[in-house]
Amino acid sequence: MTQSVVVQVGQCGNQIGCCFWDLALREHAAVNQKGIYDEAISSFFRNVDTRVVGDGGSISKGKICSLKARAVLIDMEEGVVNEILQGPLRDVFDTKQLITDISGSGNNWAVGHKVFGSLYQDQILEKFRKSAEHCDCLQCFFIIHSMGGGTGSGLGTFLLKVLEDEFPEVYRFVTSIYPSGEDDVITSPYNSILAMKELNEHADCVLPIDNQSLFDIISKIDLMVNSGKLGTTVKPKSLVTSSSGALKKRHKKPFDAMNNIVANLLLNLTSSARFEGSLNMDLNEISMNLVPFPQLHYLVSSLTPLYTLTDVNIPPRRLKPSLQFVSWNQEGWKTSLCSVPPVGHSHSLLALANNTCVKPTFMELKERFMRLYKKKAHLHHYLQVEGMEESCFTEAVSSLSALIQEYDQLDATKNMPVQDLPRLSIAM
Amino acid sequence: MSIVTVQLGQCGNQIGFEVFDALLSDSHSSQGLCSMRENEAYQASCKERFFSEEENGVPIARAVLVDMEPKVINQTLSKAAQSGQWKYGQHACFCQKQGSGNNWAYGYSVHGPRHEESIMNIIRKEVEKCDSFSGFFIIMSMAGGTGSGLGAFVTQNLEDQYSNSLKMNQIIWPYGTGEVIVQNYNSILTLSHLYRSSDALLLHENDAIHKICAKLMNIKQISFSDINQVLAHQLGSVFQPTYSAESSFHYRRNPLGDLMEHLVPHPEFKMLSVRNIPHMSENSLAYTTFTWAGLLKHLRQMLISNAKMEEGIDRHVRPPLSGLPPRSKMSLNKDLHFNTSIANLVILRGKDVQSADVEGFKDPALYTSWLKPVNAFNVWKTQRAFSKYEKSAVLVSNSQFLVKPLDMIVGKAWNMFASKAYIHQYTKFGIEEEDFLDSFTSLEQVVASYCNL
Repeated sequence: MTQSVVVQVGQCGNQIGCCFWDLALREHAAVNQKGIYDEAISSFFRNVDTRVVGDGGSISKGKICSLKARAVLIDMEEGVVNEILQGPLRDVFDTKQLITDISGSGNNWAVGHKVFGSLYQDQILEKFRKSAEHCDCLQCFFIIHSMGGGTGSGLGTFLLKVLEDEFPEVYRFVTSIYPSGEDDVITSPYNSILAMKELNEHADCVLPIDNQSLFDIISKIDLMVNSGKLGTTVKPKSLVTSSSGALKKRHKKPFDAMNNIVANLLLNLTSSARFEGSLNMDLNEISMNLVPFPQLHYLVSSLTPLYTLTDVNIPPRRLKPSLQFVSWNQEGWKTSLCSVPPVGHSHSLLALANNTCVKPTFMELKERFMRLYKKKAHLHHYLQVEGMEESCFTEAVSSLSALIQEYDQLDATKNMPVQDLPRLSIAM
Repeated sequence: MSIVTVQLGQCGNQIGFEVFDALLSDSHSSQGLCSMRENEAYQASCKERFFSEEENGVPIARAVLVDMEPKVINQTLSKAAQSGQWKYGQHACFCQKQGSGNNWAYGYSVHGPRHEESIMNIIRKEVEKCDSFSGFFIIMSMAGGTGSGLGAFVTQNLEDQYSNSLKMNQIIWPYGTGEVIVQNYNSILTLSHLYRSSDALLLHENDAIHKICAKLMNIKQISFSDINQVLAHQLGSVFQPTYSAESSFHYRRNPLGDLMEHLVPHPEFKMLSVRNIPHMSENSLAYTTFTWAGLLKHLRQMLISNAKMEEGIDRHVRPPLSGLPPRSKMSLNKDLHFNTSIANLVILRGKDVQSADVEGFKDPALYTSWLKPVNAFNVWKTQRAFSKYEKSAVLVSNSQFLVKPLDMIVGKAWNMFASKAYIHQYTKFGIEEEDFLDSFTSLEQVVASYCNL
């Protein structure tokens, strides 16, 4: 059984991370009735005897003493992390797993990446090494961050290079929150594009999440809940709509429900690796099957049931593919079956797709970027940081353009007839 | 003589469990329809082949379990122990923490060499436990990473270290769609390697067995457990003891050797498949009776028309009339009508088995021109019934059954290869494009050879 470490960077990353840990605890509590520290829990939690001072407290088997999350929390301002440490999840985190600063990155990728990157590089490396040491067999780093801000975007992507150098064999799964069109951070296009270049080069798999889509989903649910049409479509007490049983009392903050969806996504992603089933799928299998070319590693995700009671009994391979696949991968399905359902549901289905539908999102992002860049608006904030030059911007844009072009080429093959290529002929 | 089974990967281990379970419960069955003395001889022979004795009498399967992650092996060990009837040896498993990620190259080039010594040690210990050792039965899938990649590596090692022993690989052919995206790559790499190092490849298609579950057994929601049980039933009916030619009470001593001798006359033709009849749910079994004539007629038609089960057989297919010019090269574009065989083995079990007439299988028109039916066809019989079926017949065939599926897999893999998709995942671990090309070449050769029968 393998372990994974979650790295939450910036305000967005930490808030989502918090939701994730809350859900993970609930899920394991539902499954693990006897309180034994088993392999499934050990994938995300350590079992620690808190009476022992220092590092020696890890317990590998037996009853659960005190669970500590395998996480590293990084933020360049203290507000969010402090709130977590005063909230109900405070015992789940080790103070030694935090890196904080006071002033924040000012929504500036350059500050996050270059300034704080070099300032905290050693500390960050040390925290990572420590968390890796606590793992028997570390398989994956899950990095959660947003693309539009300064810390999550800048420092979050700086980490990728560090992880790639230090732990080349460990997978880097990045959950990136892309800003919506009405994002209140004006420089979010700059930050996003600069971060994208790093994601292109140093991440194994990226799960892009669009804030706008999350918002739409939540509005739809709210509409249904409030109009009283519960029962048929909206499942009461599902993890998304209800907060009963949650450790964290919902303060009705606008992002809570959205973060919850993302946290659910991460849980579902790892379920097959943690629990048993008749057709297991490990995280390295996700990368192997869904990434045909190293550049094209953006996976769009969809999750059901979020709010409906659709019958998910049909194994996906029976679905008539009404999707258009590339000619060289006509049956590009990978299936996995896990016997343990999530809390509050009897079934659930997670679909990950490597799909050219990410192209419009990227193109829109590029357009927003160009609008600012053409006028050189706000550029001086970035250029005054040591190490930043205009070439950073131009390189980032060309990296994105190259990616868009690759997707373009694949789209171009869409309506062409499928031709079987001539095979090798054998002389008999 | 004893057979040592090596179970590799999730598929291999899940199936291996069902096989041993089926073998033992058939051996303990009280509906053998034969005398007690006969039954005891049968049980003893089955035990010697597949199990070893422990002090407290619980039989231990002669098996080695290998997987690169622990969940499946743990499940398999506990299921066996729970049955109370048999179990696996305590030290018979080898397990790591992180799987192969569906990557053939990882299984073959990384896990293989890294764990070579440990795995071969465990196998050696199991072989040493046998008084008289017949050979290896290796169960694996070809779509995944461990079963396929590590399986190919282990088989190669067995070829080096036990060159005098026989090796038969039981390979699971994946569903046409939906199991693993890179399954075609993994499949062609596995098959081409195994063709060199294994003695015989016994191939089972998931799609075919799925249809059996749906149509013949009427199972509504088919799980892998159902599929594995059907497979175990088929394998059991091949490997359970049968009489040697001489007389009753003398069970065949070397099943693997005899199978190879009869079915693999030429190293270019190693692909075997299994068809068994009848197959139905237990409820229906009580209401049906069979005659040998009926069963054998169906089975023969299944062979000729390339049917995978006893429903939906194409009755119009007939062998070519003798006296006409020999068949020209089989074209893959037309619907494959007549299935030419190299060698066939029919195994009959049950009541009045001596009266069964197998003349239909000796028709020279069924076979390729370079083997006479007297050499190409064999029949094994035993009075003792198998697994509640009053009469059952199984056909192990070396014929053109698998040409079309193989051709399809090679075609799909070739299309994907031409676009270079996923190749970086394999070159990362040392499998280069030349290795792929080698595999394509070997398999095209196999397809061509079978087509030319």
